[in-house]
Amino acid sequence: MSAAIELTGITKRFPGVIANDNVNLTVEKGEIHAICGENGAGKSTLMKILYGLQPPDEGTMKVNGEEVRFSTPNDAIDRGIGMVHQHFMLADQLTVLENIILGAEPAGPGGVIKFKEAEAHLATVAADYGLTIDANDLIETLEVGERQRVEIIKVLYRGADILILDEPTAVLVPQEVEALFENMRDLKAAGATILFIDHKLEEVLEISDSITVLRHGKTVASMPNEGVTAHDLAELMVGSELPTPATEESTVTTEVALAVRGVTVADDDGRPAIEDVNLTIHKGEILGIAGVEGNGQAELVDALIGTASVSAGEISLLGEDITKLSVRRRREGGIGHIPEDRHHEGLLLEAPLWENAALGHQTQAPYGSRWLINRPGARQQTEAIKAEFDVRTPNIDVSAHALSGGNQQKLIVGRELTANPTLLVAAHPTRGVDVGAQAAIWEQIRDARANGLATLLISADLDELIGLSDRIVVMFRGKLVATVDPDTVTPRDLGAYMTGAASQNSDEGAAQNSDEGAAKNSGGPS
Amino acid sequence: MRSLAFNLAAPVGAFVLTLIISSLALVAFGSNPIAAFSDMLGHASELETQVEILNRATPLYLSAVAAAIGFRMNLFNIGVEGQYLFAFIVAAQVGSLVSLPSILHIPLILITSMVVGGLFSGIAGLLKVTRGVNEVISTIMLNSIAVAGLIAALQARWQPEQENFTATTLGTAPVDESGLLPDANGLVELFTPEIGQGVELTGMIFVAAIVGILYYVLLNKMRFGFDLRASGLNPFAAKAGGVPPKQMIVMAMFLSGAVAGLIGMVELAEIGRFPADPIQGLGFAGIAVALLGRNNPGAMAFSALLFAFLDVSAGILQSTQTATKEIVNIMQGIVLLAAVIAYGVTKRIQTREEAKATAEALREDSNDTVGVLS
Ligand SMILES: Nc1ncnc2c1ncn2[C@@H]1O[C@H](COP(=O)(O)OP(=O)(O)OP(=O)(O)O)[C@@H](O)[C@H]1O
Ligand SMILES: [Mg+2]
Repeated sequence: MSAAIELTGITKRFPGVIANDNVNLTVEKGEIHAICGENGAGKSTLMKILYGLQPPDEGTMKVNGEEVRFSTPNDAIDRGIGMVHQHFMLADQLTVLENIILGAEPAGPGGVIKFKEAEAHLATVAADYGLTIDANDLIETLEVGERQRVEIIKVLYRGADILILDEPTAVLVPQEVEALFENMRDLKAAGATILFIDHKLEEVLEISDSITVLRHGKTVASMPNEGVTAHDLAELMVGSELPTPATEESTVTTEVALAVRGVTVADDDGRPAIEDVNLTIHKGEILGIAGVEGNGQAELVDALIGTASVSAGEISLLGEDITKLSVRRRREGGIGHIPEDRHHEGLLLEAPLWENAALGHQTQAPYGSRWLINRPGARQQTEAIKAEFDVRTPNIDVSAHALSGGNQQKLIVGRELTANPTLLVAAHPTRGVDVGAQAAIWEQIRDARANGLATLLISADLDELIGLSDRIVVMFRGKLVATVDPDTVTPRDLGAYMTGAASQNSDEGAAQNSDEGAAKNSGGPS
Repeated sequence: MRSLAFNLAAPVGAFVLTLIISSLALVAFGSNPIAAFSDMLGHASELETQVEILNRATPLYLSAVAAAIGFRMNLFNIGVEGQYLFAFIVAAQVGSLVSLPSILHIPLILITSMVVGGLFSGIAGLLKVTRGVNEVISTIMLNSIAVAGLIAALQARWQPEQENFTATTLGTAPVDESGLLPDANGLVELFTPEIGQGVELTGMIFVAAIVGILYYVLLNKMRFGFDLRASGLNPFAAKAGGVPPKQMIVMAMFLSGAVAGLIGMVELAEIGRFPADPIQGLGFAGIAVALLGRNNPGAMAFSALLFAFLDVSAGILQSTQTATKEIVNIMQGIVLLAAVIAYGVTKRIQTREEAKATAEALREDSNDTVGVLS
């Protein structure tokens, strides 16, 4: 039996970079195959080639034994290949069914869409692969994990039996990752072949049958999962041992950096998205916010950085009331921000890296002043970020879209940390970066913390949250429902609070606790 | 060297493509392309024609800059047309009411035109940020209001009294000589002493040059220009980066309208008042010039000259009967399409060549573990 996918000698060059250098990859039918490698190793590029989004410069591709040449993703879909991108592409205001048939609507005479037929087909597809979904739910009501399932079903609906998932777990909380893996096992049992990219090595080891490691655009290993350890993988990926995050003493001071009092933010419909939120972060403290996405974290961030106005309450930074200040004034006053979605709120994809580094700091040295942009200063600072945060790029004049996902993330983290903020509002700061870079970013945040940085940390990665935070508060349905000590809490307990299965007293009590907790909590992150 | 070749490839390619398609179009209309082109070039080699081209290119360039300011922010100011005509009549009227020394009179008129154009355009900006009205719709409506309503009404109200009205005297009262920007014939005389009687190079050419330089400085050196471009590239990231979106929209519309206001000042400097039948259509032509020049201050100057050359050629083609004068409008369209195609193709070739060069450089380095050139 021929392999599902056989890539031979794939080479892809971009200006200044060889993204894929004579890559070979064989994926057997019915297996789950993981692709690992550092940021910028060429993983996404290889998958895009396989999905017909980019033509290779050299090399041949075989699907089920037949040589193929794709010029568009439609050619790949015709061959049974489907891809779920890291950034979901669903229309919020449409239902699950509408999203799934979008672009391939089964039309009857007169162009009338045959919804009944489509729904029946969807039901069979979902049943065949053991995936559950309600066809008539609105996308905007779904949680991230469910949205991802919709993306997967959408691909299956079009007849794909070879699935490409680019960093599917990056946006998921652990429970959702478990659910995804269950789905993947069911898909495999139903005969599907799955190729996926993942930076979390334990996940790779848990779910994959085989693993291919890319490094600097070349295949350095391709092997069955048996007997491989995370240590081996890391060594193959970066060619050296992983730095282990060191334990550190608490640096929490008694000086209040951020105080949030009774803050309520209304959503578009006027309902409170967060309600009566109270929290305090001291200098040198990292406050973790745990919660399932969509429980008000985004609105809390917006209220802090100033992109949303609060309908009640007060926010103060170093004792100064900033509730009414503009985003710019807050940034100048020392608030840094790592957005949850780097493409949406973080980058100007068409602009060069040095302009991206300046974004958000363009009124301040070294990037600029009230009136002028300081081009040499901005460029010099960008070079410094590139070096210090290991942003892999030929130069700082390439546009941001030419960077790999992880390197884009490193650029953003770098630009925010080098500005020496008083308060860093960080949403998923290491989303999409490789293990080595993740450890480096943790280290950078810890160093800044030792120098008095106050951090509000939101992360879907509970290990990150527990490891980095001095104190964790849980957000549920727009309220802070619990305060926990990261030294003693288990991911399981945290999960119970996050899903509302457990709670501590009233919100009032939780808020009160969160204030007192800071002063007496002296345990550092583990 | 290599990058220079690439930079030239697109315009040269567009030019050749335009020549070919235009020739085909001429043949299709039953004209001889060679005769038509040589008429056009022959005509353009005369000094008078060259001055005429510059006089035409000046308002086109101002119009293009006005449109480009909006484009850089993804704002489509379709209202340049109405803005410049409205600013023209108000500035002409204001200028005719006062008598001042030139040093005050001229700036007063120019500033009035900019403020009026800016405020008129700013209405569209305000509507967008307060009521969510798309600027394309509001500026189109403001165009109709300006051209069909305001200007007609003001023309009737401001026409000079106690005069016998003929079509040629309808319009605002004349502005004193002191309010009229002097011609720039001195500039021509630097090159040739033979500037004839009755030929005047518009003094507004200097104003247009200054506007072009300021546009460049604004976008590339100023923080405001950075904010403007950032908002155009990704409004969400710009907002999170501290750029106030509403203020930016109003400011950009104001600036765009302010530059638009200067367009009519070319005609004012020439004839001294708002006439019964002012030159129209410059606002729409400017959009095409901005597109062709890709919002770049230098490239827009070239495209303005090209469009002006084609406009001016219409007359000669008609008088020598080598081709219908409409062919120049067709050619302006062809130039735009050809430019889009040529830029697309050269961009792809350039990327591929650079990638190949990288591969070679890496091979020579024989540093085969590093995939990234630093
Ligand atoms: N469109 C592009 N133009 C120029 N260079 C590109 C482009 N796309 C990718 N690259 C470069 O190719 C290399 C590989 O990128 P790719 O996105 O495949 O990395 P990756 O392995 O997916 O990394 P990550 O884990 O960070 O997502 C990077 O150095 C990147 O800068
Ligand atoms: Mg990637």
